[in-house]
Amino acid sequence: MGMGHVILRVTIKVLFAPIVLFALYVQFHGDYGPGGGFQAGVIMAVAFVLHALGFGLQATKKAIPPRILTAGMALGVLIYAGTGVLTLLLGANFLDYDVIDPDSHHNAGQHIGILVVEFGVGLAVASTMLQIFYVFAGREAEPSDDAW
Amino acid sequence: MAEPVILPFEEQLSSTVLLDLSLLTLLVICGLAMVRMRRLFGVAMLSGIYSLLSAAFFVSLDAVDVAFTEAAVGAGVSTVLVLSGMALTSRRETPVTRQRKFLPLFIVGIVGAALVYATIDMPAFGDPNAPANAYVGQAYIERSPEDIDVPNIVTAVLASYRGYDTLGETLVVFTAGLACMLLLGAGSIRGGRKVNDPQPPEAIEREERGDGDETVLSDGPR
Repeated sequence: MGMGHVILRVTIKVLFAPIVLFALYVQFHGDYGPGGGFQAGVIMAVAFVLHALGFGLQATKKAIPPRILTAGMALGVLIYAGTGVLTLLLGANFLDYDVIDPDSHHNAGQHIGILVVEFGVGLAVASTMLQIFYVFAGREAEPSDDAW
Repeated sequence: MAEPVILPFEEQLSSTVLLDLSLLTLLVICGLAMVRMRRLFGVAMLSGIYSLLSAAFFVSLDAVDVAFTEAAVGAGVSTVLVLSGMALTSRRETPVTRQRKFLPLFIVGIVGAALVYATIDMPAFGDPNAPANAYVGQAYIERSPEDIDVPNIVTAVLASYRGYDTLGETLVVFTAGLACMLLLGAGSIRGGRKVNDPQPPEAIEREERGDGDETVLSDGPR
């Protein structure tokens, strides 16, 4: 990769951290504004897709190995389903968050439940999107500049 | 539950409706351009534009959460995925023979006519007495301040009232990722490892050209 990508790479370096920050904002502000796990997961994955487009797939794979993503995909679903099993064990219905903090008058159980579940969704979606990008982009040598 | 109150409603041509109409017109133009275009790179870009336009349309309908998802998934990730998928196949769509155009046109015509016929029974746009705004939707809006106390009712419905459905959606995303890994990840549990073909790629390409069904082979993994 020559100097032809230098503007792209500088731009991506500037944009990377704000995109990740915005993903975290969307993730944890989903209770109060538009957004939630699905959107945050996709935005988080997009930050790393941008990194791969600018710096090459191998550099991104070194930063986030595919092995970790496989674990993240499963862990996200497990966090979601595990919250449901936890409420079952506490003696309520599946995903009935009220039982997490039954004495609260401000629905704290619901808030905790929604935050945890949304975190699971975000983790699963971000890992899955990046994993799909990895397996697609890793099939062949990256296209050269005049390939289009 | 009490019978929903019938609210007065009359249709009017406001500036918002004109904005909606212009956005919908742009969507139709975008769709037609995608049908006409043969270069797949242009089609991928146009599908991203289509998603961005529909996101703007959803904002105009006050569905910001849906618009957000459409902009992030439709215009962002799926364009990148389509482009990286396109890098594995040809850059240009092969023209279809005239005989093979009639059956798809017939099916599209029938489905389109059925959809237009279905809109006759739909409630008027923005009708507060429409079923979607009455019964369960009204109950969510009325009860979520006491039940859940989360300002964004969409999050309350998504993660709590309909938490079981969202678990299913997360599983769908997980399954899609798993399928991509199994099909394209060369059977490696670590996924995405570079495939080392026993033959050099040029030789395989030549073989495929020789068979004359290059498109069928390259469409296989999708």
